[in-house]
Amino acid sequence: MTTVLIAKDSGAKSVGADAVTAAFEAAGVDVIRTGSRGLYWLEPMAEIDGVVYGPLQAEDVAGVLNGEGAKCVGPLADIPEFAKQTRIVFKRVGAIDPTDVAAYRAHGGEGGLHAAQTMGPEWVLKAVAESGLRGRGGAGFPTGIKWRTVAEAPAQQKYIVCNADEGDSGTFADRMLMEGDPFLLLEGMMIAGYAVGASKGFIYLRSEYPDAADTLATAIANAPFLDRDSADGFRFTVELRMGAGAYICGEETALLESLEGKRGLARAKPPLPAHTGAFGQPTVVNNVLTLAAVPDILAKGYGIFHSYGRKQSRGTMPFQLAGNIKHSGLFEVPFGLTLRQLIEDFGGGTRSGRPVRAVQVGGPLGAYFPESLLDTRMEYEAFARAGGMLGHGGVVVFDDTVDLAAQARFAFAFCAHESCGKCTPCRIGAQRGVETVDKITSGENVDANFTVLNDLLEVMRDGSLCALGGLTPTPVASALRWFKEDFDKGASQ
Amino acid sequence: MTESAELPDIIHAIARNCIGLDGPLMEVLVRINQRFGYVPQEAQAIVADVLNVSQADVAGVTGFYSDFRSTPPGRVIVQLCRAEACQAAGVEAVVKDVEAALGCAFGETRSDGAVTLEDAYCFGNCALSPAAMIDGFLVGRVDAQTISDAVKS
Repeated sequence: MTTVLIAKDSGAKSVGADAVTAAFEAAGVDVIRTGSRGLYWLEPMAEIDGVVYGPLQAEDVAGVLNGEGAKCVGPLADIPEFAKQTRIVFKRVGAIDPTDVAAYRAHGGEGGLHAAQTMGPEWVLKAVAESGLRGRGGAGFPTGIKWRTVAEAPAQQKYIVCNADEGDSGTFADRMLMEGDPFLLLEGMMIAGYAVGASKGFIYLRSEYPDAADTLATAIANAPFLDRDSADGFRFTVELRMGAGAYICGEETALLESLEGKRGLARAKPPLPAHTGAFGQPTVVNNVLTLAAVPDILAKGYGIFHSYGRKQSRGTMPFQLAGNIKHSGLFEVPFGLTLRQLIEDFGGGTRSGRPVRAVQVGGPLGAYFPESLLDTRMEYEAFARAGGMLGHGGVVVFDDTVDLAAQARFAFAFCAHESCGKCTPCRIGAQRGVETVDKITSGENVDANFTVLNDLLEVMRDGSLCALGGLTPTPVASALRWFKEDFDKGASQ
Repeated sequence: MTESAELPDIIHAIARNCIGLDGPLMEVLVRINQRFGYVPQEAQAIVADVLNVSQADVAGVTGFYSDFRSTPPGRVIVQLCRAEACQAAGVEAVVKDVEAALGCAFGETRSDGAVTLEDAYCFGNCALSPAAMIDGFLVGRVDAQTISDAVKS
């Protein structure tokens, strides 16, 4: 029996996967809708008994079924960009129907939860700490320390909050995971709850992800482990809450405010959410990918996870390649390869065919790297040393038509648009930044305005309440440092 | 329109259904917004009453989030992503064409009420950028033509 797999991932659907599915079904072929393998340049893609066809349109389907080879890419296992990956977190994404419980179990689902409940909370805390897992949302805080802090905080009620407000441009790993393997996230959340003594979890999901919302709602209703007493009496429930279009709510304290039904204003820290989080209670706030990494760490042993990666960056990271790139998509690999390897070996260079001029890593608050920094290793500390951050693993490639003064202006404008307004450096500084860049590029008092700009960057970086105002200087400063000629264009006209 | 006659009842029902939730105000507003496409002005007093919070609290939260429109949107909502990954794929070059094709500027609803055009910052479709969302359905590799065609269908 021929098995055809086609993604129902919103990205695949955005280029016509539903019409391709309908064409296969009209020809009498059974199709299993899955998550996406992340090879987006081949979407809409069909996998027929392990052989990949794509990108397909409905009119190609008859030819594929007649054995014509025009759209055949070859066996999935032979596609270099797939074969070179180490798929741990994303191992099921693209392989199974995302909300099919039997398929989840048949592919190793619930293994981490069983290990946790067999070995007990203390073992889980130790395993997560020893694995070297760090927060995948951007800050890279050691997950084991965060969990232990909450576990040791005395309280009747504690919470697990999954930060699914994936707002950084160039990132889509959370979306793919939630649409492609939602039970894995729920299993990770329940393990966290079990380890720290929290009976309730919230997923705070951005409203820009309606497909993920539907998939998660189905998964929460059908997960065989949620909302029922397990053998040792532990019971865990998960509630899905939607955001409403505020980037700042990806910042954990603003997220907690929003979850509580308030304006998404950043909170001063301390107190840490681990002590005073959601509704004033000790709370683990973790990114989707952090929670999704835990089940495999427990099922396979933390030593295996720790054996991937280098130095302080352990395990695998699903890097996301986007923007002006030929092979755009998600590639899960151990930390440690260079940015150049990612862009050239996986990405295949720019889509336009023009030279790479700038690469922004880590979302809107990440640095723009020039070609001379492409040999930076994809590791937390290596990126910090180079003046950037890995963030959530998003990589946006720009060719030589990019204007970095315009990108710096956009960084300020985005911050001004998304600032919660609570602290002055961010609220006022971002707006002044837009104006100052405009003055420089129009040739007005250029030297004096560069001085103003540098002062402004320092004030925002050191004086802002949270990472939005504090890190907006990163893309601007990197543009100034590596691409200063773009700011001088207006002055020389 | 019969809907406006029922509007207070619907809002009452939505708010009452959320009373048992932890921190219900956002969830109430999200559901009202999903139901009507905006948060009607008269909803604020009803929600405040049902949840026993001040109208200032409701107005403050409603005003903070960009999803909560204060007026009804057009019959079709087109949101074009203008964040970095879509910029790298050339979205700014199609902005003017999109406005011309839809007969509507960004942030506005066309005078006949047919379409609302908004900018957006990331739909997580960065690998198939530029991206747009049309009535909640994601469209990849867009230009003015694909958006115009998608709106018509």
